[in-house]
Amino acid sequence: MRSCAESFAAYVLRPLGRDWGERLLPRGLDITLCDQVFLIGGGLLWNIYFAALAIAFGFVLATGVALARFSAHGWLWRPAAAFIFTFRGSPLFIQFFFFYSAFVLLPRSGVEIPLGVTTLTMDTSALTTAQVGGLLVLILNTTAYSAELFLGALRTVPKGDLEAADAYGMAGFTRFRRIVWPHMLRLAWPSYTNEAIFLTHSTTLVFLSAFPAQQQSGEAFYYARYFVDQTFNPFIAYPIVAAYFVLLTLAIIGLFGLVNQRLNRHLPRPQRARIRFRPQYLR
Amino acid sequence: MFSFCTDPSVLPDWQWFACYLTSATHLSFFRAFGVVMLLLAVTAPAALAMGMAGALALRSRIMPLSALGRAYVNIVRGVPDIVFFLFVPIALGQGIEWTLHQINCPDWDQPIRQGNDFIVCAEARMPPGDASAWARNAYGFGMAVIAFALVFGAFVANTLHGAMRAVPQAQIETAESFGMTARQAFRRIVLPQMWIFALPGLSNIWQILIKATPLLFLLGIQDVVYWARELGGQKTSLYTYPHPDWRVWYFLALLVFYLFLTWISERGFGWLTLRLSRGQATAQGERMRKGAA
Repeated sequence: MRSCAESFAAYVLRPLGRDWGERLLPRGLDITLCDQVFLIGGGLLWNIYFAALAIAFGFVLATGVALARFSAHGWLWRPAAAFIFTFRGSPLFIQFFFFYSAFVLLPRSGVEIPLGVTTLTMDTSALTTAQVGGLLVLILNTTAYSAELFLGALRTVPKGDLEAADAYGMAGFTRFRRIVWPHMLRLAWPSYTNEAIFLTHSTTLVFLSAFPAQQQSGEAFYYARYFVDQTFNPFIAYPIVAAYFVLLTLAIIGLFGLVNQRLNRHLPRPQRARIRFRPQYLR
Repeated sequence: MFSFCTDPSVLPDWQWFACYLTSATHLSFFRAFGVVMLLLAVTAPAALAMGMAGALALRSRIMPLSALGRAYVNIVRGVPDIVFFLFVPIALGQGIEWTLHQINCPDWDQPIRQGNDFIVCAEARMPPGDASAWARNAYGFGMAVIAFALVFGAFVANTLHGAMRAVPQAQIETAESFGMTARQAFRRIVLPQMWIFALPGLSNIWQILIKATPLLFLLGIQDVVYWARELGGQKTSLYTYPHPDWRVWYFLALLVFYLFLTWISERGFGWLTLRLSRGQATAQGERMRKGAA
């Protein structure tokens, strides 16, 4: 039997790949409680990787999509509406399968994009890995959900604020950056916090579906399932992974709460929007 | 299916597809869509009943009961739901086997958990060792329904609890001043009117329930995802209908199916909102009253 320190050394970085710890995962009767705690905890690194990058990219894209959806031009809002409808109306689980099976069809040698003078060769082999392809699906998905939230906020920016901006002679990008955007964020932030939480929870779906976990390096829930398969005992691994996710959720609430404070710093305290944990559940 | 399907390799395109899409495995694939609809049809009332029980428990003046309701709602909502979907069926299965084991085999002297095995006596096996494949599938499906009902029941309980409190308090007081008991006032005043307040929440939960159905695949049930993977994969010339990797088309079909399902239920809930707003003391109800006059 391994001691706890040994299993920490062997498994806590194992989710990054074979070279970062023991080559093989613990099997069968060899599994100790510490193995489960550390391997699942190490897998959390990937959850954080997926969530952080998807939220960062998704935030920027969602602002763009929300603005496009809010636009009065049909050629702009129609595609944006279709995008939002497609990704919000279908299960993320199916989206993973669909995009994976589309990505494997891309030629291995890469896609050549003719640019007139030169030809740009895009490497597509990375898209079939969860770390790139799965992340891309998560980004598209969170973009659609966040864009819907931002759109709701854009629609409720007070008329008076916009008129005041006009009176000051602000227009175009200046008006957007100084008035519309901060207001949109302020209104949307409590629900955007929930979106971030549920995006983090849905990172558990990445390896459950089509994307393979190469060298058995997966996220926390992948290992929890692995342990339940090995030990046939759901009462240890699943509570561990649940506890980790509760901690992660609390961390997100704390982090987004700081941003919320900053967004509302000019308001008297009682008027500030409070972040309430209101799950939107599965997607 | 069709009479001309005897040798598909020599058929022209459209006949080949007609035969391909009506092969026995494809019929199973189409039946799997029925399984999805069945799951929705069974789970929705089950979750609604579960949620009603939860909401009544939350409302209860009896301390242990309301504490139980709160614990149920908060635990389910705090944990990632996917954990619950996988945890409940296996934990429940083991729980049932353990209970049957205690009842049927009291003189069994070996421990149930031996290392990594979960061993109960033969009489306690669920489903029994000699059960038909059909019974096994039904058992697995039932487990999935229970897991779905438990998780979504907690969400529904929360929504219904809020809706019950949204019915104007003055109406309940009026009912009591007419001499109705608390129970009568609940049944005659609160229950008929709460639905309009619950509808936005319920519609949201329904959409989420629709989007949760492909997770049946993870529970080992031969659902639409299973068949899409199975049928779409590359088929060599050993098969009657050889074709390259077509999974992307099968998953595209699933995507469209789910989009259609969410779209149609959005329309349905829109209609229901109008219908339930009739005669309500809400802005929409007032507008309809004025429009009719």
